[in-house]
Amino acid sequence: MVTVTLKPTKVPELMLEGYSITPDAFAGKKAPEIAALPAHEGKVHVTLGDYFTVTGEAGATASETDIVIAGDCSRVKYIGSKMTAGTVTVNGNADMYVGGWMKGGKIHIKGNMDSFCGIQMEGGELLCDGNAGNHVGCAYRGDWRGMKGGTIRIKGNAGNDIGTFMLGGTIIIEKNAFIHVSTHAEGGTVIIKGDVEGRVGGQMVKGDMYVLGKIMYMMPGYKKIDTVEKEVDGVKAIFDHYIGDLGERHGKVKGQIVYANLYLKAAA
Amino acid sequence: MPKLITGVGCPYCGSSCDDLEVLVSDDETKVLEVHNACIIGNNLFHHANDPTRPRLPRQRQPDGSMKEIPYEEAIDYFAKTLLAAKKPLIYGFGSTNCEGMSAVGRIAEKAGAVLDNCATICHGPSFLAMFDNGYPSCTLGEAKNRADVVVFWGCNPMHAHPRHTSRYSIFPRGYFTGKGQMQRTVLSVDPRETDTAKLADVHLMLDQGHDYELFDAFRTVLRGHDIPDKVAGIDKETIIKAVDIMKKARFCMIFFGMGCTHTDGRNHNIDAAISMTRDLNDHTKASIMAMRGHYNIAGPGQVWSWQFGFPYCIDLSKGTHAHMNPGETSSIDLAMRDEVDCFVNVGADAGAHFPIQAVQHLKKHPFIAVDPNFCMASEIADLHIPVRIAGVDEPGVVYRMDNVPIQFKAVLKGLPGVPSDEELFDKVYERMCEITLTQPIWLAAKENRKYPHNTNPVVS
Amino acid sequence: MAEIIVKGGFVIDPTRKIDGDVGDIAIKDGRIVDKVSSSAKVIDAKGKVVMAGGVDVHSHVAGPKVNVGRLFRPEDKLLSGFCRSGMAQKNGYRMESGFSIPSTFKTGYDYARMGYGFVMEAAMPPIHSPHVHEEIHDTPIIDEAALPVFGNNWFVMDYLKKGEVENTGSYIAWLLKATKGYGVKVVNPGGTAAWGWGLNCVSLDDPVPYFEITPREIIRGLLEANEYLGLPHSMHVHQNDLGNPGNYKGTIDSLKISESVKPKNKFGREQVIHSTHLQFHSYGGTGWGDFESKAKEVMDYVNRNKAITVDTGNVTLDETTTMTADGPFEHHLQGLNHLKWCNVDVEMETAAGVVPYVYDPNIKVCDIQWAIGLELALYAKDMNRIFITTDHPNAGPFTRYPRVMKWLMSRKAREAVLGSFKHKDKVIAATTLHQIDRELTLFEIAQMTRAGPAQCLGLGSTYGGLAPGMSADVAVFDLNYKNMPSDPDMIEKAFQRAACFIKSGEVVVIDGEVVSNGHKKTVWVNVNMPENPQVMRDITQSFTKDYTVQLENYSVKDYLAPHPFVINVDVEA
Repeated sequence: MVTVTLKPTKVPELMLEGYSITPDAFAGKKAPEIAALPAHEGKVHVTLGDYFTVTGEAGATASETDIVIAGDCSRVKYIGSKMTAGTVTVNGNADMYVGGWMKGGKIHIKGNMDSFCGIQMEGGELLCDGNAGNHVGCAYRGDWRGMKGGTIRIKGNAGNDIGTFMLGGTIIIEKNAFIHVSTHAEGGTVIIKGDVEGRVGGQMVKGDMYVLGKIMYMMPGYKKIDTVEKEVDGVKAIFDHYIGDLGERHGKVKGQIVYANLYLKAAA
Repeated sequence: MPKLITGVGCPYCGSSCDDLEVLVSDDETKVLEVHNACIIGNNLFHHANDPTRPRLPRQRQPDGSMKEIPYEEAIDYFAKTLLAAKKPLIYGFGSTNCEGMSAVGRIAEKAGAVLDNCATICHGPSFLAMFDNGYPSCTLGEAKNRADVVVFWGCNPMHAHPRHTSRYSIFPRGYFTGKGQMQRTVLSVDPRETDTAKLADVHLMLDQGHDYELFDAFRTVLRGHDIPDKVAGIDKETIIKAVDIMKKARFCMIFFGMGCTHTDGRNHNIDAAISMTRDLNDHTKASIMAMRGHYNIAGPGQVWSWQFGFPYCIDLSKGTHAHMNPGETSSIDLAMRDEVDCFVNVGADAGAHFPIQAVQHLKKHPFIAVDPNFCMASEIADLHIPVRIAGVDEPGVVYRMDNVPIQFKAVLKGLPGVPSDEELFDKVYERMCEITLTQPIWLAAKENRKYPHNTNPVVS
Repeated sequence: MAEIIVKGGFVIDPTRKIDGDVGDIAIKDGRIVDKVSSSAKVIDAKGKVVMAGGVDVHSHVAGPKVNVGRLFRPEDKLLSGFCRSGMAQKNGYRMESGFSIPSTFKTGYDYARMGYGFVMEAAMPPIHSPHVHEEIHDTPIIDEAALPVFGNNWFVMDYLKKGEVENTGSYIAWLLKATKGYGVKVVNPGGTAAWGWGLNCVSLDDPVPYFEITPREIIRGLLEANEYLGLPHSMHVHQNDLGNPGNYKGTIDSLKISESVKPKNKFGREQVIHSTHLQFHSYGGTGWGDFESKAKEVMDYVNRNKAITVDTGNVTLDETTTMTADGPFEHHLQGLNHLKWCNVDVEMETAAGVVPYVYDPNIKVCDIQWAIGLELALYAKDMNRIFITTDHPNAGPFTRYPRVMKWLMSRKAREAVLGSFKHKDKVIAATTLHQIDRELTLFEIAQMTRAGPAQCLGLGSTYGGLAPGMSADVAVFDLNYKNMPSDPDMIEKAFQRAACFIKSGEVVVIDGEVVSNGHKKTVWVNVNMPENPQVMRDITQSFTKDYTVQLENYSVKDYLAPHPFVINVDVEA
């Protein structure tokens, strides 16, 4: 692993479109070449060097490339988007689209992230120490194929739309979420360790959800069928097992209807 | 002799009534009478007579006052400001004609701007729901001629679309609905007891913000499953009865509005409504329609979809392709996140209708308002450019709430020297091309019809 | 206007029976002429093939359902929205957008890149005609016309139920003028009207609820009305029961209705019926399990009956968007693939549905559909009566026409695709493509994409050929007639990016790059006949009572079709 470090020197007036900040774009390049990589601020063509000082160099391939951004990126979008391997660490916040369309590798945001993180993710790991915005691990507008694989872990809270149209992979929210978990999902696993206000599993065809806190408003299309003990992300607990959404279509396997599963931690 | 003009379109609400009759003065400069319009449409036409209508652009001076300047100067300022900005936002278009929306497309491309319209604060969630779930709909004539069950979910046409219920949805005697209101069952789903709810046969007074759960309950019942005793504040029996009415309809027409778009979950509420409509089509014929607010707010959605592929929130700043993602490229988010550095407000009033913080963010930058009249946006703008009123002194194509195109007429001759939106934008575009030493792209089809309505203005 | 001479190419012009002779094409003032002066601009076509501009007889490119398709599919733009020529405005071109449903600018540019000069918008709902024309005038370079739909129109059903062919003709004439339309399009006759109540007509003798007329009667009546008027194009039909296994019998039965009708027109048209996207209507089997091709049976009938033209509707194995006025079909499709579904029922006139569709090569049915489209062309005997289409975007985007041409011209290319299928043995068992050796020639391709469709549309004196007097739509392709490439992909590449395309005497494409926005025209048919008081009274009544727009606002205003090319048809009293 070879590390290249970017130190923010200027806060963009608008937002910086940082689509080049990925191990794949950096691979095989030395610091001056990395500084010359393109970015946009609005319609203006800029380079990474206009906003960061670049030290070190990238590995020969993406998987050998470790990117560290030594500062805040609250106004930088698309960090780690479309990456296939390697690592990216941000010692601060990041804006939208962190790890969007990523296929592999690891991203660690040591602050908060804005919305659309992990959009249409296929693999790899995304870890956020702070809070995430809305649309965590979602599909792009109109696409019925959402997150397919990989893991997203948010140590703080998340907003609305966790795993919309999810097909696979895992999302873990360690604190609370707002509304709309696994809406329209046809697979995947979402684990919320805190509370969710409502709309958990609406229009869901298939997949699993675990809620360890409370759900303020349950969806009427969910029916409790039994109580089970399960271990989820290192926590063992008793869960009320609900199936649903009974208002939605479902497929059959070997003649049996396959519902989505909601495991809600039973009251003590 | 005063002239009576028939088949006039009303440029106010999404009903886009085109059966108005307007009596104008012999010299076609004054509206004398308006027939068939509702009170709002009536006032709109008479307002065109207002002698205080601005006739020249007004520019903000260093001391804060506004000073009239010639159009050439305003056009020059407009062009230069757009070119200088890193990411201008051009918003509005609820109340202009399609010709203007088309002309602004060229400017937005050249300026690398974000192009957005009122849907971003109105039926944007409906678009998001359409993207994810589709839109089984129809034209208003189908509702008039066939619907025997009409559901108003989160909308109040008696106030917002005054003639909607008499032209289309409750009262008219249509081809297969000869008994009019007598053979229609009306359901209203609204947390308030509105005038529409008072007219309805069944009023579901649900808990505000829980429409999504109620749609889910309807769908669950439709699939033959049990639901909890109360959902969103509505009893199970009432829900089952409502579903039964809808299921047994010959044609169930669902209209929805801000009650669904502007409560928690936004697009998901409409998405669930669309899922419910799709499910109903397994039992009977059902259709759903968004109660679009303005007479031509469907217009930019149509025009920009065929030009750029997206109906709103269109980011053209990359120059090579259009990008849309509401939440990122939507006007309010761009404003609140300080992601734009210039604002143009056309045929809408961001000053009145945007959240105040968004307006404060936008006011840090050049702020231009294009509007026939004074409005809050024009009063805080750095430049206010008056244009003709589409549908009154400027004809053009408009798209009704059901996306039917109607060719609106002009009933008055335009104020002397005041251009239409299309003429203004074409002139700004030409100036931008002059400054950047490039050729304007008219697509040849436009060459002969640039400024087709520029008839000799009446000299007062 | 400019003089141009396209020098020394291998000319392929079926209208003059020229097949590969080296020759020059002279152009002056937008037309092909016998000769030009020595100051003419020279386009060197040595070693290259020269054909007339392509003519697309059926494509969904302009109108409300096309636009719904664009509007509700942001994902169609996400990874494929990049314009080819870099910063578009800076270079003098409009931005391009969309893969399966391109924006109007991209539509014009992409057709021009492939050397196509004329496109027929396949279905125009009459009340939406101002919308269709707005999109047409925003489509650069290519000339376009639009076909209004009549097969579910309440006036038509009423008149034909009473056997009033002449009144039907008068109504058609009025509507063509009001909508600036081109001809008589029929989609799922009667079935889409039944869809107004959520029902359908799947067989020719299913009566439409309330109107009590059958699809057979609608087809027959409109065939007669079309010839009564003598329109340039024949009735253009999308049969009932589209897309269902076993529908080939109904298809042949519907074509049989035309056997007793004779063509009557002054435009050189010889067919009385045009059967569109025939691939979707040539299915055998009883379900998806025993789904099979009946292309041979269908083409046996088509080959024997000279008054029929067809277009293929080739499946291209892409993710695309289906859109059709066959509303009930789209509802059926969304029930199969569970994807998002748009529907628009249009008062008094028609309906439309839009659903995305993925033609997955791993799915046996999609593969068989692909084979059927190709079999239809390879079984055809008269290549002037069968045309290449993909029913864009239903079976695939029109930008895949060069790929279809490659498959038709190269057995090797077909076999490569067939061999790549997961279920290739099942596909081979259900089709006959594997046994077909035939490879189409350039001449036959030109018949299918130029001469044939132009004649079928009654436009044979303007488009589709290189005879003096015709519109100077000339395409040059980088293919050496005497030394064709052994790699079939080179054929696709050559047709994808024309070496040169001249439209109406103006050079618009060079080496596959657009160099001009052209001067497109909107083509429509103006029928001159005495006014019919009965029909006018019925129309006025209907607008007063049933429509929700005013009659005086219904007809398309002239400025929406700013460069018209009007074809006049005179009907004797």
